[in-house]
Formats: sequence, C-alpha cells, structure tokens
Amino acid sequence: MSVLVFAEASEGKFKKIALEAISYGKKVADQLDTQLVALTINADNATELSNYGAQKIIKITNDSLNSFNAKITASIIKQVTIKENAQVVIVDSSSNGLYLAPILAINLDAGLASNVIELPTSTSPFVVKRKAFSNKAFNNTEIKTDVKVIGLAKNSFGIFENNTTAIEEDFSPEIINSTVKSVSVAKASGKVAIADADIVVSGGRGLKGPENWGMIEELAETLGAATACSKPVSDLGWRPHGEHVGQTGKPVAANLYIAIGISGAIQHLAGINASKVKVVINTDPEAPFFKAADYGIVGDAFEVVPQLIKKLHEFKAQNS
Amino acid sequence: MKILVCISHVPDTTSKINFTENNSEFDTNGVQYVINPYDEFALARAMWFKEKQGASITVITVGNASTESSLRKSLAIGADTAIRINSEAPDGFYVAKQLAEVAKKENFDLILTGRESIDYNGAMVPGMLATLLDCNFVNACVGAEIENTTATVSKEIDGGTETLTAELPLVLAAQKGLVEEKDLRIPNMRGIMMARKKPLTVVEPIDFATTTVAKSFEKPAEKSACKLVDSSDIDTLIDLLHNEAKVI
Repeated sequence: MSVLVFAEASEGKFKKIALEAISYGKKVADQLDTQLVALTINADNATELSNYGAQKIIKITNDSLNSFNAKITASIIKQVTIKENAQVVIVDSSSNGLYLAPILAINLDAGLASNVIELPTSTSPFVVKRKAFSNKAFNNTEIKTDVKVIGLAKNSFGIFENNTTAIEEDFSPEIINSTVKSVSVAKASGKVAIADADIVVSGGRGLKGPENWGMIEELAETLGAATACSKPVSDLGWRPHGEHVGQTGKPVAANLYIAIGISGAIQHLAGINASKVKVVINTDPEAPFFKAADYGIVGDAFEVVPQLIKKLHEFKAQNS
Repeated sequence: MKILVCISHVPDTTSKINFTENNSEFDTNGVQYVINPYDEFALARAMWFKEKQGASITVITVGNASTESSLRKSLAIGADTAIRINSEAPDGFYVAKQLAEVAKKENFDLILTGRESIDYNGAMVPGMLATLLDCNFVNACVGAEIENTTATVSKEIDGGTETLTAELPLVLAAQKGLVEEKDLRIPNMRGIMMARKKPLTVVEPIDFATTTVAKSFEKPAEKSACKLVDSSDIDTLIDLLHNEAKVI
C-alpha cells in the first residue's frame, strides 16, 4: 500500500503547488501508516522531493512527454498507481492537474474529490473537506471507492520541509496514443502568471482607462506580483481576457490580493475570496469590497498607488 | 454536425448559501436558478457553429422537473432538442455516467460543457464524460474551430494559452474567452414561443454504485472587520502587511 503524488515538473522545475502536494501527501501517508511515493516526469532534480517527505521517487525520463497530454499522463499515473499499489492518489490544481484528474479517476474506477483544502478528517470512512459554492461553503465528502483521487486546492495546505532519504527508481511506462496534439504554446514572457503568483495586484473600472495601468504594473513589479483585472475591464477591452479574475474568470488563491478601483461585486469576490489576505483601495467607502477585505484604504488610487510604490521601495531597501 | 451541450442548473451567484437538514442539504428556499455561466459560453459557441457551418444542437441536464426552465431557456436561445435525465445527482461522477449513457446512443460529433459548475465547483464532469465515452477531451477552452473531423482548439494553461488539434468526437470544456460577451444570447420573444414547441424528452436514470457522497456542509467562519488605514498613512499599511498579515 502507498500514497502516490504526481509532482508535476514545469520545464524541469517543481512549482510550489507540486511541493505543497508532496507536503500534503506525506501527512496523508502518515495518517494511513504507509509510505509516500512521488511520480515525476522529466524533472531536473527529482531528489528535491525528498526534502518534503517523499520516501520513494519514481522518475520517468522521456522526451515525448515534454509537451503535456492529459490522457497520456493520466495513463502513466494509472500504471504507477497499480505498480505501487497506491490507495490514495493526489494531484495538484495546476491547469494540468485539473485537466487530468477526472480522466485518471475514471481510468482507476476511483472516486474523485477536487478542491480539497485539508487533511482527511477521517480515513475510515475516508472523508475530506472541499471548497464548494465558489468558496462560500465547504463540503465534507466521503470517497467510497478502494482507490481515491484527491485534487488538492491551491495554496490551501502549505509547504512543509520533511527531510527524508528517498529511494529513487527509473520507470519506463507504456505511452498510449492520443489524437490530441499540441501545436504551439504562447506564454507572456517576463510576467508572473496569476496561477503561480503569491501576490496579485488587480485593477477595476475605477482606474478610468487602459492608459492608467502603468502604475498597476509598476506596483506588481515592485511586489513580484501578477496583474489582474475585474470583469468590466476585460469586457471593455482595457485588458486581455486572461487577466480577468472572478466568478467566470481565473480563480485566485494568492497570499495577498490587492484590489484597486474594484467595487467588489459578488461575482468578483466569488473568484478571489480564496486568497488569504485582501487589501482594497477605493474612493467609495460604501464599496462592498470593504466588507470582504482585511485591510482597506478609502482614497483615490491615483494618489495612493504611487505612494504605495514609493513606500514599498523604501521598505524593500530596508529589509534586503 | 451533431452537438450536445451539457447544461447545469445552478443557484445564481448572488444567492444566499445556506443549508438545512442538519447541514446535509443545500437550502433551495428563495434561491434563483440560472444556466451555469460556463455552460452559457458552451451554448453560445454551439450556436456559432450552428450558424456558421450548420449543426443540430441537443441540450441535456441531469435534474428534477424544476431544471426544465434552464432547458427551455436553452431551446429559446436556439438549441433544437432537449433531454432531461430525471434524477438529482449526488456527485459529478453520477452526472458524467448518466450523460455518457445517453450520449453513447447518439454519436455526437462534439460535446460542449462548461469548465465547472458554480455550485459544487467539481470541474470533473467534462473529463469524466470524455473518458467514459472514450473520446478526446480538451479542458479550459478559449477558442474552437472545426474543419471536417479535426478541431483546432486553444486552451488556457498556467501563464498563457496552448493551441491543439484534436480529432472528433470531442468533448470541450468552455472557459471564459471561448465566446465574446456580446455573443452571449438573451432569448427573444420569437425564440421563447418556438421553444414551447421544441421536443423536451425526459429519460429515467440508470442505476449504479456512486463513488462519493456529500456528508455535510459548513460555512466559513465570519471574517473580522476590515482594518481601515488612512490614505496618508501608507507606512501603517506596509507595517500591517509585513508584521501582522506576514504576506510581504
């Protein structure tokens, strides 16, 4: 028996969410009194996973897997699940993790719980707590199948160091055919992706026009943050759709979310309220965002944001 | 081209979320239901295919009779036929399994769904449905065109977009961006009148063992009030973020 975590490497490197999944998997393995097995594909330094509790690392190296294919990856995870007799399989909530989890669950005849935010509250029956109703509630779900698949919500559990000596094993899986083929990938270079960001700086209609986004980008750069926007801003074409966060846009589960000139419509809040700390800057003290935020400034963004950038530079200079 | 659009009938975003029966059931009292917004993107793209290159559109949902309002609205928007699988689903797998049972008899070329529903947020039905039907699947679609039996699809990935080709039959899970906001349809009077005459078939569910069960619900703890900082006192904000919230 074992617990298996698929630790996805992106261009050879593990992202934080992969390490979070390993940290989580180690605690689940402890609960079940079994070992944690990590599966990696084309990772530069798979041994890194032993710092977070992986006791066995299955390494797959195959150039044909450099481009992600959900069906092929799910088939590989299934092969390793069977080989390692895994009882619980954990994937993260990266775009690839979300893509492959339901395919994997069907392949394994396993029950799937996605958006899981905590360790199982009980292992027999196997009950996990998951987010539902766009973060407005939690749902305690029992997974009834022998093999269980857990989709771990982003930034929900944290990363815990747990130095272990891991056995490493190379594995050559069978690679199935797929008629879904990658043609090209377009990534904004030099920018922090919303999905990977610890901090997100988001602008709304209060900024009055796309020409005023310079200070949003400067603030984001100062904080190492991603930039985002509200729905009206993307609908007006001020910013690309990919930056829209909220109910139908990208979900944000950052450590810090700074909303500038965003009133805080319920649809917007539904998409960002998984963030740990929320700051709002708005001229209108009645804006609903003040009810959802942890810290707020009632003030004109055009005065507050440049001040904030200046003060953050001073703060960084003192603390570096 | 035969298109199936899977519709979920969900509480409107502004609904109050409460639970009854000792926190084991969602409280539907006073809740307004709508077509799941991601499914609206899917339906709008299906309409685009129908108008651009000709297609028949079937809409389907798993739900009790109250969900028929969302199916009728879909028919009013322009779908041709509707199917309701007469059951209240305990989880996403149950939905996928029921949908697959109906879909496998019909040979759809393209199945469009929303990326997730805004109630249970499982994001599992599209991938499970595709896998049960043994057809191709692309998640988080922000663009889709079809020529003969090949789709060219763009999907959202972390930090960008990826373009793929996929052979039909195909399940696509719609993300915002698949259609423009202006392409979302509001039914007109003629559509509403016509929808009344379009066929809405009710089929009974199949029986099988479920894989998960929602045992109970909880609401998040009440959050503490927002700490207001004076706009001339940015130092205090930075201090709070650094020393209290520990996020910078």
